[in-house]
Amino acid sequence: MLLEQIINGITLGSIYAIIALGFTLVFGVLGIINMAHGEIFMVGAFVGVTTTGVLGWPLWMAFIAAIVVTSILGYLLERFTLRPLRGKKGVSHLAPLISTIGVSILLENLSHHIFGAGNKPFNTPFSEISINIGSITVYLVQIVIFVISILLMIGLTVWLSKTKAGKALRATADNLETASILGVDTKKIIILTVVVASAIGGIAGILVGMAFNSVSPQMGLSMGLKGLAIIILGGMGNVKGAMVGGLILGLSETMLVAYGDSGYRDAIAFIMIIVILLLRPQGIFGSKVSQERR
Amino acid sequence: MLKLTNVETFYGQIQALKGIDLEVNEGKIITLLGANGAGKSTTMKSIAGLLKPKNGTIQFMGEDITGLRPDQLLRKGISLVPEGRAILSSMTVLENLEMGAYQRKDKEVKDDIEDVMKRFPILKERQTQMAGTLSGGQQQMLAIARALLSKPKLLLLDEPSMGLAPLIVADIFKIIKEIKEAGTTVLLVEQNAKQALKIADYGYVMETGKIIIEGNAESLLENPQVVEAYLGRKSTS
Repeated sequence: MLLEQIINGITLGSIYAIIALGFTLVFGVLGIINMAHGEIFMVGAFVGVTTTGVLGWPLWMAFIAAIVVTSILGYLLERFTLRPLRGKKGVSHLAPLISTIGVSILLENLSHHIFGAGNKPFNTPFSEISINIGSITVYLVQIVIFVISILLMIGLTVWLSKTKAGKALRATADNLETASILGVDTKKIIILTVVVASAIGGIAGILVGMAFNSVSPQMGLSMGLKGLAIIILGGMGNVKGAMVGGLILGLSETMLVAYGDSGYRDAIAFIMIIVILLLRPQGIFGSKVSQERR
Repeated sequence: MLKLTNVETFYGQIQALKGIDLEVNEGKIITLLGANGAGKSTTMKSIAGLLKPKNGTIQFMGEDITGLRPDQLLRKGISLVPEGRAILSSMTVLENLEMGAYQRKDKEVKDDIEDVMKRFPILKERQTQMAGTLSGGQQQMLAIARALLSKPKLLLLDEPSMGLAPLIVADIFKIIKEIKEAGTTVLLVEQNAKQALKIADYGYVMETGKIIIEGNAESLLENPQVVEAYLGRKSTS
């Protein structure tokens, strides 16, 4: 029973981690919280529902479609709502935050309009298949989610630490001005960051759809807030923090539902924010030194 | 090699540079002296593309480079080591060096990094350490080594001796001289006027956004106005 809950918690946690990664990448490079990330993730989920359900495409094609659509959304977000506000005189540093809230409202209402307000089921061919190991039941869909999440996290980590573009992204996140004098075209890196973060959000959308077998236009907000809670927990802009924070939140939610009061499930994330801000405001992996840029 | 003509740069409404004319000849060390707030760093940032001059032109190797971005200027061969060193503190020493060669696509990058680490053994020793954990002097070595890895034609050094112990300052000036001897032109901003003039070929003195004196380094060392303001007993050197 406990082991089963741990498996459930890790599955949920790995999805949370993927969502938080999108937030943390953008925060690391741009120093802003992308409030539209949750809605981009929701669009990814709807692309999954539409391609697998309505069009009958196989799951892997749904992933590709979601990546393509959310990447384009990420590009448009950067081009039309973030870039015009960057480096302009008299623009408040809160302006990009507000404009991403605008995008999130637009996307939510748009999908309301197109898909309706209710929940849409997300059927996968293997949603009912499960494996019994002793007394434990593991659903195949859980394994698929877990494997995809882990591969994505490993892939991102390797990309950030080994490739030239990944290092340029980290350099830009460390200090935009320094990166630019080292020859990094920081404008391109910013676009790349928002696009990659959005694509990861799109993948997360399909994973959540698979995990909960349900997709709705409102899912972006609640998942977005959890993603935010995780990056505060793990340390803003910190990739490792997003991964570990996601797992912690997933496990604690699952344990609370199994052994405590399930009514408090969604409160856990926010209790965590309060506790971490009191005890360790920079987050688990955050550094104490405040960034002086911007 | 580098020529500034009547360059004016503003911070918002405040005019920091009031028409700078300055020339850097190939193979030399040119130093830019002056008190805090005279506009030395603003001049450096204007050359390196971090600030855009409102008026005036900057030419490099006969080409107008006014208003280009830092990454475009680096491609042309201008590399800045900014004031306060600006190392990438959350990346390792080795990664910092690799970022120095970011724009290079040739095969010698690895060998060049090895060479630089031979030249600065402390960087080899600390290569896997986060650059933010280095001491001030080591960070300055890293910042200079990193800038050299882009193989610049012109190296802009903004206050490399700032906040360093005298022994390390002497080291830094020795390195700057070696950089010149290896064929890289240097534009050096310094508070430490005496030591800067000792290694420089030519110097400019700035005051409140203008160049007020210029001349050969030897002549500046004897210029009564310079001696009075920057080389007197009260100065730190």
